[in-house]
Amino acid sequence: MSASAGLDSAAPLEPPVPTQKPIKTTGLHIGEAEPGCRKVDPILVVDNVRRTFGGLTAVDVDHVEVPRGAITALIGPNGAGKTTLFNLLTGFDKPDDGKWTFDGRSLAGVPAYKVARMGQIRTFQLTKALGLLTVMDNMLLGAKGQTGENMFRALMPFLWRNQEEENRAKALDLLTRFKLDTKKDDYAASLSGGQRKLLEMARALMSDPTLVMLDEPMAGVNPALTQSLLDHILNLKSQGMTVLFVEHDMHMVRHIADWVIVMAEGKVVAEGDPHEVMKNPAVIDAYLGQHHDEDIGEDPGTETENVSAIKELLDDER
Amino acid sequence: MDWGAIFNNAAVELVSPTTAAYALAALGLAVHFGYTGLLNFGQAGFMALGAYGYAISILTFGFPVWGAFLVGVGASVVFALILGIPTLRLRADYLAIVTIAAAEIVRLLFTTNTFAAVTGSANGLSGYKNEFAALNPLADGSYGFGPFTNNAYDTWLRIVAWSIVILAALLVWQVMRSPWGRVIKGIREDEDAVRALGKNVYAYKMQSLIFGGVLGTIAGMIFALPRAVVPSNYQTTLTFFIYAILLLGGAATVLGPIIGSMIFWVLLSFFSGFIARAVEAGWLPFMTAIQGGQLRFILVGVAIMLIVIFRPQGIFGNKKELAFVR
Repeated sequence: MSASAGLDSAAPLEPPVPTQKPIKTTGLHIGEAEPGCRKVDPILVVDNVRRTFGGLTAVDVDHVEVPRGAITALIGPNGAGKTTLFNLLTGFDKPDDGKWTFDGRSLAGVPAYKVARMGQIRTFQLTKALGLLTVMDNMLLGAKGQTGENMFRALMPFLWRNQEEENRAKALDLLTRFKLDTKKDDYAASLSGGQRKLLEMARALMSDPTLVMLDEPMAGVNPALTQSLLDHILNLKSQGMTVLFVEHDMHMVRHIADWVIVMAEGKVVAEGDPHEVMKNPAVIDAYLGQHHDEDIGEDPGTETENVSAIKELLDDER
Repeated sequence: MDWGAIFNNAAVELVSPTTAAYALAALGLAVHFGYTGLLNFGQAGFMALGAYGYAISILTFGFPVWGAFLVGVGASVVFALILGIPTLRLRADYLAIVTIAAAEIVRLLFTTNTFAAVTGSANGLSGYKNEFAALNPLADGSYGFGPFTNNAYDTWLRIVAWSIVILAALLVWQVMRSPWGRVIKGIREDEDAVRALGKNVYAYKMQSLIFGGVLGTIAGMIFALPRAVVPSNYQTTLTFFIYAILLLGGAATVLGPIIGSMIFWVLLSFFSGFIARAVEAGWLPFMTAIQGGQLRFILVGVAIMLIVIFRPQGIFGNKKELAFVR
């Protein structure tokens, strides 16, 4: 699925770091940092959300809160239910039961497009650039409340021309920030994989969201571009947005996340500050699984991806 | 061999009302398939509703022309809703299955003897042209030049048919360059991405289905005016001819369906005239006149294949778009 650069044995020795020193937000939780702990100012509150596919329980989250104005990472081994939880929270999938609120408003049963209009915008693990639309059209599609998107008003350009110009200026500004402005008249299909990730993120920002949900923003992006993506994510926070992202790249999680939620087998098994949570036995259990008690030995060939990831992390910590 | 007559007959098709009807139906399909990515295989059903809606309103209910027109359009809106409500939430291929079946149901309902008093069953309906002819402002006599010379009624019909086609083309052109059209094209590319940006994809697909369907319905009325309404005209082959025209001209274009329809009908008429005379002249000794009548469709098929192979984006399509398709 997503063997990202940090887990890859062929990856460069120096992990990509953001060019700016991230300012960590602390003091987000109330009481012990344990699974389901309360937050000072939660933006997203999830209660008893369960989703089964036949006999398989993909997601079974009792309670979890996402802190406002911070960068929260959702991590866990493959198959932990991270993307399924994303789909449920954004209305792309319906849970068997449970309720969840965004900004105090219940989202249960709300269709995906309405969730997006409330200011909770997501991106996808497999990038969804609209290939045969130009980069500029991709961006303009992201803008909210467009008059010309009504079929009858579309026939009268004088009703929407000014708004279109404003959106175009805003899009150009965002594209310049994401270094895509020279590509604005090209088809999105002509962009590289990394540029498409950038475009998808820029497009999401066109609607001025309050919560940005990124599903594996770094998957398949080369280390050089990773750096600028990290900067962009940090910028979202400095502009007052809340970020929730799924990621496998532990270096990235450690560098930019203020809070980490760990999922395994559909449940939240640990939560906490990124430096503390990695030492949590539940996390090591989740990643190491059945190999936990076995002698892994010194031969890197016998190590699984997850084992090497954890080892890397512990090395990093020293 | 009388080449003059062959070319003359082919040229007649260039502006015939039938060509206009096919152009308009293909334009509706361009909205569905080319712009929105909806696989509508039931355009013949929309056309049948237009033709029957118009004819039955006039013959059975004595409606004026505009009333009959509105009945046809209303019927196709209802038809689009019936098709769309259950299927537009599903994947694209389900719509294809449902539309092809629904168009056949429509045709068979018009064929069945149960409603023969209203629909004329397999014989169809005729005698609904007087109301339209009565609106003709042209004095009797012949108009035009060369192969385009027609009497007053036929000239009137051509003027109305092509005016509608031009109006519809301008309408499609305008909405597709608006933000509405941008959402529609976005849905063609990836509807989940568009949904994630806060657009009600289902409503947009429904609007597109109704819009293209109404164009098909009006095409059905134009198609019915120079001939009788016969249910066998609205078989699935009609839909496939319209798809051929659309692909010939370019799927996501405005001019493509119109020029495509002209090329299709001129070619069809040319081949049919040529083969009939070639058989008569003994150039094709292995073939009877009836077989020759079928051969024209084979030749049109070959011509379309050549265009699709050597110019897959269609005549007006953008070559750049195809560079990324596979």
